[in-house]
Amino acid sequence: MRPFSLIRPTTLAAARARALAEPQARPFRAGGIDLLGLMKEGLRAPAELIELHALSATEGAEMRALAATEGGLRVGALVSLAALARAKGLPPSFEALREAASSAATPAIREAATVGGNLLQRPRCWYLRHPDLECLKSGGASCLAEGGENRLHAILGGGPCYIVHPSTLAAPLVALAATVTILGGGGRRTLPLEELFAPPRERIDAEHRLAAGELLLALELPAPAPGLRSVYEVAKEKLSHDWPLAEVALSVVVEGQTIRGARVVLGHVAPIPWRALAVEQALVGQVASAELFARVAPLASVGARPLAQNGYKVALTQGLVRAALHRACDVPIPE
Amino acid sequence: MSQSSAILLSLTLNGEPVQVAAPAHWTLLEVLRYKLDLIGSKQGCDKGDCGACTVQIDGLPALACLTLAALADGRSVTTVEALGCGPVVHPLLDAFDRHDAAQCGFCTPGILMAAESLLRRSARPVTRHEAASALAGNLCRCTGYTKILDAVVDASERLRAEHDDGR
Repeated sequence: MRPFSLIRPTTLAAARARALAEPQARPFRAGGIDLLGLMKEGLRAPAELIELHALSATEGAEMRALAATEGGLRVGALVSLAALARAKGLPPSFEALREAASSAATPAIREAATVGGNLLQRPRCWYLRHPDLECLKSGGASCLAEGGENRLHAILGGGPCYIVHPSTLAAPLVALAATVTILGGGGRRTLPLEELFAPPRERIDAEHRLAAGELLLALELPAPAPGLRSVYEVAKEKLSHDWPLAEVALSVVVEGQTIRGARVVLGHVAPIPWRALAVEQALVGQVASAELFARVAPLASVGARPLAQNGYKVALTQGLVRAALHRACDVPIPE
Repeated sequence: MSQSSAILLSLTLNGEPVQVAAPAHWTLLEVLRYKLDLIGSKQGCDKGDCGACTVQIDGLPALACLTLAALADGRSVTTVEALGCGPVVHPLLDAFDRHDAAQCGFCTPGILMAAESLLRRSARPVTRHEAASALAGNLCRCTGYTKILDAVVDASERLRAEHDDGR
């Protein structure tokens, strides 16, 4: 790594001011997992790291919070994945979030990696991460994955770049209708988490809609509706320490046997966490059954345009959605 | 706010207070190996993929290669060297010996530290599945993991029996 200075601001205002003066050269540091990886691979060479763990107890309280609200949950951006996975008293309705937080990366990485960092990490596309290649995101003229090695790339919402969003927490958080609070020049603003993410058509230099120097403070999960259940399903080549080939997080509100609400979110198949709206619409008002799930699961890939090597993700995603629906609604999978 | 190219760290290292100066951009692994001569923690991939640098910070597994040394200031850091310092052979080391759980040995320090953290935090003998989950971030290119998991489960049962005997 190139030498850098570690700046330890104790207030949010000082942290933001420092970053704003030279945003590219002065990133915020939280868990540091992705940032140090990028620096060690020579893909970033910041002059300073702005250490968010240095915030005083008062100034950093919101970013460190992991607390029940009125039936819901507040999760600060600095909470580690391990702390989230271990949290006592997480409502059973938020099971998808616990499952995802327990499955990402490895135990030691989960101890350091933060919720904010998980949501804001850069994509793992091997062309973007190659030190000698220039792709659309790293200043080149074209997406190298589109006609290249693309078995891990997007089947939905791709173009002109075909990354998949790397966050494992994003899908369950969106499925649970999380909102995110951001601190920027105009003060604090809160928006639905799914609006944080920017597809490549909108923004090529980043995967989010944060302006320079803006800080992601915390997420809030609203109180679950009675009968809400959530699950997370993932397919990987290895059981541990591997990136998902595809994943789904979904929440359903079941009243009796009838599905009253559904949020179905796909991960690692699109440049942003992908709402499978056609599946959601086809579920609502229906009685949960194996037949229903078999009929709606194929809708998960409506609009899919697979590349040369990733057509398998279509069937894989449909299968994950179907398995997740069975588990969430407690309907046995037919023999 | 402070800014400097070198930092002075005060940490508890394997139970002893230690002060050490290091460049601000050094990782904990670099400070351990190149300032403190604690070369048990290995520099493998150096980017969080292999787990050979696993130490414990405040008792929890941590990748020393992705931990800035500055962040260890004021914390308790435990390395594999601590396991060899007791008056009797640590049950984990003994189990690794009896089960032939180390071959080339490069991954062993990281595996021991990840396993020790698990065993210390578990109120009962761990299952094979729990051991495998705890070691999910530690690559071994020699053993195929079978003997490593045998040894961790064996050590766990023995530690628990010793605990129940009040020893």
